[in-house]
Amino acid sequence: MESTLHLTLNGRRRGDLVPDNMLLVDYLREVAALTGTKIGCDGGECGACTVLVDGRPRHSCLTLAGACQGRHVETIESLEEGGRMAALQRGFHEKLGAQCGFCTPGMIMAAEGLLRATPDPGTEDIRASMASNICRCTGYIKIIEAVQAAARELAP
Amino acid sequence: MEYMPEFRLCAPASVDEAVGLAAADAGARYLSGGTDLVVNVRRGIERPAALIDLSAIGELKDIDEDDGGLRLGAGVVLRDLAENETLRRDFAAVAEAALAVAGPTHREYATLGGNLCLDTRCLFYNQSEWWRGANDYCLKKEGETCHVAPKGSFCFAAFSGDVAPALLVSGAEVELAGPEGRRRIPLAELYNDDGMDHLALKAGELVAAVHLPGAVAGVPSAYAKARVRGSIDFPLAGAAVALAMKGGGVEDLRVGLTAVGPRPFLVEDTERFADAPLDGAALDDLREMVRAQAQPMRTTTVAPWYRRRVAGNLARRLAAGLAAASP
Ligand SMILES: Cc1cc2nc3c(=O)[nH]c(=O)nc-3n(C[C@H](O)[C@H](O)[C@H](O)COP(=O)(O)OP(=O)(O)OC[C@H]3O[C@@H](n4cnc5c(N)ncnc54)[C@H](O)[C@@H]3O)c2cc1C
Ligand code: SF4
Ligand code: FES
Ligand code: FES
Repeated sequence: MESTLHLTLNGRRRGDLVPDNMLLVDYLREVAALTGTKIGCDGGECGACTVLVDGRPRHSCLTLAGACQGRHVETIESLEEGGRMAALQRGFHEKLGAQCGFCTPGMIMAAEGLLRATPDPGTEDIRASMASNICRCTGYIKIIEAVQAAARELAP
Repeated sequence: MEYMPEFRLCAPASVDEAVGLAAADAGARYLSGGTDLVVNVRRGIERPAALIDLSAIGELKDIDEDDGGLRLGAGVVLRDLAENETLRRDFAAVAEAALAVAGPTHREYATLGGNLCLDTRCLFYNQSEWWRGANDYCLKKEGETCHVAPKGSFCFAAFSGDVAPALLVSGAEVELAGPEGRRRIPLAELYNDDGMDHLALKAGELVAAVHLPGAVAGVPSAYAKARVRGSIDFPLAGAAVALAMKGGGVEDLRVGLTAVGPRPFLVEDTERFADAPLDGAALDDLREMVRAQAQPMRTTTVAPWYRRRVAGNLARRLAAGLAAASP
């Protein structure tokens, strides 16, 4: 079975004919050609696929595309500002929060969800709200510093 | 593209519509957050003909005051449970257990109903299709032997939801909706002691809500679990304790356990602590009582003896903390 999926993707409304059994991550990567969102495991373990649905972090690898009917989906591609990196991206770049970079899109989207709710997070807030995201490279300290750097830059 | 079997996806707008869809198709399954079910679908463990997505049903998403207690819709997400002020004040163990499930992103969309109904777990079952195939599958799915107890015909896969034991010590009832209408049963009766068939739901039935009784509101309670990684794992053993004290003695002591068998359950015989102080000797007794009733099998990478010991210790530690905090 297929049906037409209407959603707002990175601020733009679109409609696509999508099979009922298609995962959101496959819709993003294969249909919308947004390959920033990564697949790192066989379901729910790693957080590499994290996107925002209606402003909250969610695993696109456990979400059916069809379940996003009428919703707002945001991916890592939505963050750049007129070709320049957003504060979080710059934080990860400058504070060495990314090494191989595979976890980074998911990390940044989880952090984006955090900063929207908690603009000035403490170390514990960052640890607690990014615990669904696993990184094999950095040891996490640099990731925490990256999020803090972005929060500082965004502070009024 | 990731592997996915074929199925239809439906998004009913009401409980009645959902139940009607389930009644019309025996191969259909209810879907809430999908953090348990979609993993199993991706691993080829589940091959539903249709998924009935409950997430658009408004009725399932409410938390309401109910006779001094609370009615929690089955579609409430765990993050909202963990953050609910009334729940944190009156049924602390339930809020703590909700906060202990999986990781923060999971809790944004994983639901209470899904947490009560999640499949039982086992080292030999929660694996990819090729892993299970290479191991001749197992009794629970497609195979002929149980790799945990090869001589038997019983499945010991462990119920590993965190919230159920906390609801059990709070005297919760579940409201079920099915083709024959609604019914309300004590939460304990939702579960069978059978890893292959652990839910006592009738065909087409769903969990609509959980009722927490006003009479228990405010009784101090707490939840704790042992897990491999502190930030994100299923419980190796989990314990909830509710303790009401009166005049220096125990008025009511309840202990609920999870992840040490195919169903969550209340520890039996805790009435014998009534009317006496909960001193060191009584707490040691409680620990041994819990260890005797917890019967985990080799369903995780961690040995059963450890899970039994840790279950006893968790219960003892929680009870000691609640006793020390009571006026
Ligand atoms: C990495 C990872 C770690 C996890 N760690 C934990 C953990 O520590 N503790 C824990 O408890 N869980 C854990 N889980 C499992 C899962 O995230 C939770 O149990 C969650 O609460 C399931 O809810 P859901 O809404 O996503 O359920 P779903 O996956 O949508 O459904 C689960 C099952 O319940 C059924 N169901 C759903 N809603 C209803 C309803 N209203 N009525 C009847 N049946 C229903 C479905 O048909 C399915 O069989 C983990 C999962 C992952 C991927
Ligand atoms: S306890 Fe035995 S039958 Fe049950 S899932 Fe594990 S190996 Fe399979
Ligand atoms: S790809 Fe690993 S959690 Fe989604
Ligand atoms: S930078 Fe390599 S996994 Fe995180």
